[in-house]
Amino acid sequence: MKAECPICAAAIELSEDTVQGELLECPDCGTELEVVQVNPPVLNEAPKEEEDWGE
Amino acid sequence: MEKIKVSVAGGSGYTGGELLRLLLFHPHIEVKQVTSESYTGKFIYKVHPNLRKATQLKFSSLSELEMCDLLFLCLPHGSSMTKINEFKKIAPKIIDLSGDFRLKDPKDYDKWYGHPHSNPALLKDFVYGIPELHRNEMKNSNFISSAGCNATTSILALYPLYKNNLVELDKTVIEVKVGSSEGGNKASDASHHPERSGSVRSYMPTKHRHTAEILQELNFGQRINIHFSATSIDMVRGVLATCHVFLKDNLEEKDIWKIYKQEYANEPFIRIVKENEGIYRFPEPKLLIGTNYCDIGFKKDEFSNRLVVIASIDNLMKGAAGQALQAFNIMHGFEETLGLEFPGLHPV
Repeated sequence: MKAECPICAAAIELSEDTVQGELLECPDCGTELEVVQVNPPVLNEAPKEEEDWGE
Repeated sequence: MEKIKVSVAGGSGYTGGELLRLLLFHPHIEVKQVTSESYTGKFIYKVHPNLRKATQLKFSSLSELEMCDLLFLCLPHGSSMTKINEFKKIAPKIIDLSGDFRLKDPKDYDKWYGHPHSNPALLKDFVYGIPELHRNEMKNSNFISSAGCNATTSILALYPLYKNNLVELDKTVIEVKVGSSEGGNKASDASHHPERSGSVRSYMPTKHRHTAEILQELNFGQRINIHFSATSIDMVRGVLATCHVFLKDNLEEKDIWKIYKQEYANEPFIRIVKENEGIYRFPEPKLLIGTNYCDIGFKKDEFSNRLVVIASIDNLMKGAAGQALQAFNIMHGFEETLGLEFPGLHPV
């Protein structure tokens, strides 16, 4: 299965046993992604813990 | 395989020292002579202490230069252009790290350097030394003019956007923050520690010489304007360019990703650095110390068509010695990364 990274448009290969809710990292931009749908596969940016980043 | 014999004219400065650090460990290079008029007869390691045990060579005078296969010129600006015909008799190939042969139009030397070029007929013989833009020309050239550090950072940051005609041509603003090594190894009142330490000095708000290189390499036959300023900060090595461009169309970040990947995905020394978590989300000069990488990131302003492109290099490496060695490798058909594999330090 192939899906597209919603951030950088990289083509990402998913294994056949991928399940909804699974987390993975885009090999190009490093963004943590969540599989929100498997057939056809759809990825979203995974929700992050909010952090105080020196602001 | 017989080693290529190279010499370095003007090897006592920071660029010369950095170049020697690379050349002495390159598997296909033998460093024959290194010149310095101030240190003739002295061991090289007396000036570049990081090279202790790396070489027992001593500095020679320019007048003692012997024939070699390739000559690197690390002389002060203005010296290469006046002596170039003598250098061409010494070596069939030359890589000049000064600004003397970077600009194609002789009139630009009057405008940006404040003096006429003394050998304008030779400008066309030199390939402008950013491999990512001129790799094919370099393969067949004997003369390369290594690009300026701030220019390299800015050009690599913006090249994909200008090449694809995506930005408004007269509105680009570039602000670079630079380290003190850009100023060379000659002390001055301005570099005296109590004055320099902790300073954030707007040393060239307008008319920086490197602007000419940026205009030359990004114009693609159109009239463009680049608004460039430089600020020196409390850092020894490094350049961080923050480039503000205004997109003709309101592209999404995903489109920008595609454009940069299309141009740079196969480039060994360019990395797209744009992460949405962690400490190092965008390019950071200190991670690049001693490396030949140019890191590039970007962020689209969601309230306007402004795109901020951030790029960083080590000015002595990708901005000088590293890029020159990369060009050397290309000229000789070697793997482009040979002698430049160092990935940097962390923490540093």
